[in-house]
Amino acid sequence: MKEELKKRVIKGPDGFEFEVDPLQDYYCEAPPTVQPAAYQKIVEKIFNWARSESIWILGFGTGCGAIEMRPLMTPRFDAYRFGVQWRPTPRQANLFIISGYLSTKTLKRAIRSYEQMQNPKYVIGLGSCTINGGMYWDSYNTIKRLDDYLPVDLYIAGCMPRPEALLAGFEEMKKIIRAGKAEGGNLYAENFDWYKANQKKVIHDWDMPEHSW
Amino acid sequence: MEFEWIKIPYSLLTLFIVINFGLLLTALIQKIGARVGRRHGIPIYQNYIDLIKNYAIRSSITHGFMFYLGPVFRLSGGVGLLLFVPTIYGSEMFSNLSFAGDLILALYFVFFGALGMALGAGESGHPHAAIGVSRGLSQMTAAELPFALAVFSVALQYQTLSVTDIVAAQQGGVLNWTLFTNPFAVTAAMFSFLGSMMRPPFDVVLAPQEIPIGPPTEYHSSYLALMQTNRVIFPVAKIVIYMNLFFGGAASWPVFFLKVFLIYMVSVFVGVAFPRFRVEQSIRWFLIWAMPLGILAIVLV
Ligand code: SF4
Repeated sequence: MKEELKKRVIKGPDGFEFEVDPLQDYYCEAPPTVQPAAYQKIVEKIFNWARSESIWILGFGTGCGAIEMRPLMTPRFDAYRFGVQWRPTPRQANLFIISGYLSTKTLKRAIRSYEQMQNPKYVIGLGSCTINGGMYWDSYNTIKRLDDYLPVDLYIAGCMPRPEALLAGFEEMKKIIRAGKAEGGNLYAENFDWYKANQKKVIHDWDMPEHSW
Repeated sequence: MEFEWIKIPYSLLTLFIVINFGLLLTALIQKIGARVGRRHGIPIYQNYIDLIKNYAIRSSITHGFMFYLGPVFRLSGGVGLLLFVPTIYGSEMFSNLSFAGDLILALYFVFFGALGMALGAGESGHPHAAIGVSRGLSQMTAAELPFALAVFSVALQYQTLSVTDIVAAQQGGVLNWTLFTNPFAVTAAMFSFLGSMMRPPFDVVLAPQEIPIGPPTEYHSSYLALMQTNRVIFPVAKIVIYMNLFFGGAASWPVFFLKVFLIYMVSVFVGVAFPRFRVEQSIRWFLIWAMPLGILAIVLV
């Protein structure tokens, strides 16, 4: 473990001593919990419709596919027409697009961002790298199956998929959400230990809290 | 003056109309902005869906007491601003809770929401929020100064602090508007208006491309929905004040809708034509261009 991550005692400016553990999340240590759907079926249906028509994407790009998301904001493709918008912070986003290969270093950030998103949350894997490693299948430094680390709702295949493919993917995603099948956040909470074990298998220098809340 | 209970449902009706109008108006404005960029833009009903979606998010986290209160303060700032000025001039139904000194109260409400927000965002502990707050407050202070000066000038001109009386003094022809009787004050106030509408060139505080989206960085789900509601009420409420003080008020809803839209469009025109200022640039701009006009307006009156 790195020196700066170890538990240590720090002396405050007024002479007061206290212990600091950089790896502990001082706000909340509890693992994520399963969030039940709205009690009334019809309400949940309306909610699902609203969720499907207002998809907020986390502006987080990995790999080559990130370059394919930018044209979606331009006049040519203009994803805003379909209720798709970008949010700069994970707290407000619902959809996380992993846009290509994910090195283990980036995986850490992806996990932290994903965990900070609020339930219900969805993940789209973009490009063949997220499905089976793609052309990086034998790289020492990238993950192969995204689904082992984060619950993926939808894959968009191709190397690299065109913006049109992304638009088609959004439409597919909307269908999944409307059908009430996009429960990735709950899946993650249910199988939290399994996902954590997988993540720790590839991330050797784990230097973050167990669960970013 | 006696308080009449019937005013409460009437004010709620005003609020309801303004929320819906605001939701559609902001979407329309965004669409116009998008069309300038040759995009199609969001659907006109998108704001409703976003609102439902945000209320529908199942989990939410908190950072403490002020974090809860931030959006509440913000919303009450917007609603208070709206309710304490007469929306429709001369209408018993929509004059809301206005009273003799409401102009000062309105000035206070303009700032109230921002301060609550600053406390709430500060408690979220996110560095981006703290940076956003400091930027936002400094820019806002600089932008509100000319407006305050203009308001004092207008109050001096009409010798009253009641918005209703000010509107009454402007009736009877376009040339009676403050716009023509006190052009310096109006110009100064319009400069300040640009600064408070959160559109370019003065939107560095909330722009998603800058320090991620500023004060609301940590806000999500229902907190964000509350703030969104405020974001549609506040501009309309603010424009109502401008309309009442400078553009002769509105005697009926259609006139109201038209005037609010046109005043909003002023900031849109400027916004699509000019690039974004940094905070220190915008503060300098307000102090150099808008402030002297405000002082001049007071001196001339
Ligand atoms: S799928 Fe192809 S284009 Fe996409 S990240 Fe992998 S190598 Fe790059």
